[in-house]
This record gives sequence, C-alpha cells and structure tokens, in this order.
Amino acid sequence: MKLAVASGKGGTGKTMIAVSLALSLAQKRSVAFIDADVEAPNAHLFLKPQGLGSERVSMRVPEVDSQLCNGCGTCADLCAYNALAVIKGQVLLFTELCHGCGGCTLLCPHSAMVEVSRVIGVIERGSAGTMEFCHGRLNVGEVLSPLIINELKTHAPSRHAVVVIDAPPGTSCPMVEAVSGCDVCLLVTEPTPFGQHDLEAAVEVTRSLGIKTGVVVNRCDQGDDRVYQYCRREGLPILAQFPFSRRLAQALSGGIPAWEGLKGWRHAFTALGEQVLKMESEDTASCNY
Amino acid sequence: MQLLAIISGKGGTGKTSLAASFMALAPLAVGADCDVDAANLSLLLSPREEEVEDFVAGKKPAVDLARCQRCGRCQEVCRWQAIKTGEVNLIRCEGCGVCSHVCPQEAISMQDEISGQWFVSATEYGPLVHARLRPGAGNSGKLVTVVRKRAQELALSSASQWVIIDGPPGNGCPVMATLSGVKAALVVTEPSQSGLHDLGRVLDLCHQLQVRPYVCINRHDLSSHFTEIILAWCHQQDVTTLGKIPYDTRLFDSVVAGNVPVLTSDSPGALAIIELWGQLEDRLTKEG
Repeated sequence: MKLAVASGKGGTGKTMIAVSLALSLAQKRSVAFIDADVEAPNAHLFLKPQGLGSERVSMRVPEVDSQLCNGCGTCADLCAYNALAVIKGQVLLFTELCHGCGGCTLLCPHSAMVEVSRVIGVIERGSAGTMEFCHGRLNVGEVLSPLIINELKTHAPSRHAVVVIDAPPGTSCPMVEAVSGCDVCLLVTEPTPFGQHDLEAAVEVTRSLGIKTGVVVNRCDQGDDRVYQYCRREGLPILAQFPFSRRLAQALSGGIPAWEGLKGWRHAFTALGEQVLKMESEDTASCNY
Repeated sequence: MQLLAIISGKGGTGKTSLAASFMALAPLAVGADCDVDAANLSLLLSPREEEVEDFVAGKKPAVDLARCQRCGRCQEVCRWQAIKTGEVNLIRCEGCGVCSHVCPQEAISMQDEISGQWFVSATEYGPLVHARLRPGAGNSGKLVTVVRKRAQELALSSASQWVIIDGPPGNGCPVMATLSGVKAALVVTEPSQSGLHDLGRVLDLCHQLQVRPYVCINRHDLSSHFTEIILAWCHQQDVTTLGKIPYDTRLFDSVVAGNVPVLTSDSPGALAIIELWGQLEDRLTKEG
C-alpha cells in the first residue's frame, strides 16, 4: 500500500502523524518512509535515519554552441518559460527558469544546442530501525521541487508492504506529485476556518486523482465543529482525532515522535493504522460512506 | 512605500494571523495574500470583492483527433509522459508545447489554460489582493507574481505606506516569487528542531535574494529550551530577532471566530504582536 499524509494548510501535523503512523505500522509489517517535503524536510529529525547515502538529482538544461548558433531566435520563441532570450544575436540562458522540456535542443534549426545536466538537489537513503528511509532536499534557490519528489517516488523500494509518504503542504504541483499514484491519502486538518478551507482544496485534488481519502483532525479540542460538518456532508471518514497536548508539543520540539514520547498515544496510532489498512482493502464505493 | 513579506519555511507557524494583525495595525496598508494554494488571509479580513480576473497560467495542448494519425511522435518527445495517442494528461503536462511543434499533422494546438482567479477586495483595513489557484494546478509562482505586483501598484496609486505580504511556506518557487523585489522579510518560526531546520534554509534563501530577514519566534513558551537555541543561533548568524509571541489560546479563538487576532483581546499574545509590529515599523522606517 502506498499511503500519503498530506494537508492543504501547513503546520497541521503531517510529519508528526506520518512518523508515528509509520512506526506503528512497522511493528508488524515492512515499511518504507519517504519524506517528500523537499523544501522543508523534517521527518529525519524524528526518525534519525542511519547510514545515509546521498545521490545528486539533476535536470537537463540547454547549452549553446556559439560556433553553430546564428541568433535566429527560434529557441526563444518556443520556450514556454521565458528561459531563453536572444539579444543582438546572442542567446541568453536563464537556467533557473528552465523546466528541461528539451524543446530548444530538439528544434534548433542549426543544431546549436546540447543538453547538459544541472544539479538541483539531493536524495538521501538510509534506514530508521526496521524501516527503509529516504528524503530529498531541493537546493536553496531552486524551484523545481516536483522533480525531486518524482525521483524519490520513482526509485521507491517496492518490496515493502507499506510505503508512507510525508507530502509537502499546499495543493499545487509539489503536493500533486507527492500524492498521485497513492492508494490512500490521509488529509490532516484542524478545526479552524483555515484548516477547513485548505482541506476542501486538498480533497478536490485527491478526488480528481481518484485516491481514497480519509481525514485526521489534529488539535481537535481547539476550534469549532464546521470541519466535522463539512466531512459529514462530503462523506469523508474521520479516521482519528488528536487533542492539543503541551507535553506532546515539547516532545516533538526535541525530535521525539509521539509514538515514543507519549505511551498513551500508541493505541491511537495503532487504531489509525488499522483504519487505514481497512480503508485500502475496501472498495471505493463503501469508503465514501 | 515599504514591502514586508511574512515567510516561514515550516508551515503553520502563524504567518497569516500576523499578516492580518499587521494590516489592522499599520496606518495605511495594502495586503497581498501570496499563499495562493492555501489562501487564508481573506478569511480574517471580510473582504468585499471589487475586481475579479481570470488567471492564465500558461497553455495546454488540445488535440484535433480528426487530424491525429496516432504516429506517437508527441509521446516520444514529451518528457512528462503527459500525452499518448491523442490523449493529454493535464495534471502531468507542463505546458512546454513541444508536442505541438513536432506534430507532423499539426493536430495539436496550444490553448490558454485558466487555472485560477485573482481579486482586489476592499477591507476595513485597506485593499487586499488575493487569489484562488485551482486545486492541483501548477505555476503558482506566476500567480504569486501577479498578486504581489498588483498590490504594489495599488499601494503606489493610493499612497499607501505599507504592503503586507502573507507568504507561502517552504522555500521553492512561490516563495521566491513572493520575495522578488522585496527588501525585508519577517521570518516566523517556532521553538523546535523542525522550526530551526526550516529557518536555516529560508534564511539561506533570504541571503541569496538579498532580502533582510527579521526573525520572530511564535509560541515560544512551548519550548524555552529551543527558544534559547534559536535566539543564540540567530545571534551567531548576525540575524536580528525581534519578537517572541507566547502560546495563547485567545489568539486561536479569534481566528476560529474569523476575526483579526490582535483586535479582539488584550491577551499576552495580542500584546506581543502589537509590540512586534512597533519594532518592525521602527526598524523598517530607519533601515529602509
């Protein structure tokens, strides 16, 4: 099973829940953990992976052979990202805007362009207890986080019973890249107007991708009942609710997962794990209660 | 006119609550909600929409199936596996248009893709520019740029003193679009390892983009230990720290009620925000 933990709003507790849920599932199964929040990766602070090996992630960008280029401007005309300009017969490249589509190299009438690789980030793999762990890091100043997320998922270990993916916040391309292809997506929210507003957007994404969706309400004791009403209206199952806890906040601040720091929370995560597994095995119709 | 971006690296540190509070505290301000895929600032400011515009993110291919010979050339050149025998996967498609250039039948045309809307609204505290990106849509950086630029124009034409920008989390494309042309940013963090880790990355970005950061620690009393660590670390990095806001459920209650946090109580949290704004106003007026 591929399980994504996502949310529209940031800071709702995705990493806290993904980490402890993975630890609970790993009691009886083989689990791989992918931290796909490559702009702000934090799961390693809790899982403390060992033996990390790192690989660079690069993309293909064009380079101009000035001997062959006659400054015709075809490349600049066809670049959809304004990554190329031709000024006074000279090609100017803005590689940070390039998406690596390869169009300029393919279509240059003088074959004056070649592609070279440019490093945009790294992926690190290791193990955390019995779990396999990997995360990625987008170099600061780079923009194409979906590329690193794609790389993380493409080479995800397939022999595990469960792959838990900690997704980035939001509902645009990085989040879509992280959750697409998953069997189940848990959306973490909080019972506030912000939480609800961003949950609605995230549900639109998971539904359009045809992913079974469940909701976890974090800090459930702080807010009102509108988010619950919304879930009821939409037929979205609420799989767990966690209250605010100062003790938990303190444990988390020092990198201690809820699973280890608060013994009382273990059975809640075990129950959540069972709910998720049950959801995966159900057919889609019965999931939408 | 002074631009202040509020960013964080880590999500959920309280950017939007601070942005709404500063809108209310600043004498003449224009607001810009640059977190376009989780746009929440408008939820606290009761905006009345005055302008609505479609956002065209780019172009997407449309295939004329009557012309298509299923030759597969488009599929060969597409690097996103987004087109296959005349069918386009709009979520995977990056809109590069290479398929339309190589199609021997000229069966593929590129058409404007509307992937959201942006608004100029009136609020009690000044105009607000905000947007809605269609969930799942790409190119949020471009929409962020539209929002920020429109807010700057409005501030110039209305002689506003401040543009308060509520930024997105992370440090990728939409954050860079938020910070373009901005000189000062308030970086909101929280006292934890995660907060410190993400703060480090977003400060690197500020440095690269020559944006002057001011750091504030929200919910500082949830870990006085990490608050001390972050303060010492910032000091060592020569980064100015301006304020500490305590964990305060009354700030939270006002957000739940849809109100600007700083206006509804004189709780410790609200007082800390007022003091933080005073310091920012002072610094930014002096340091430009």
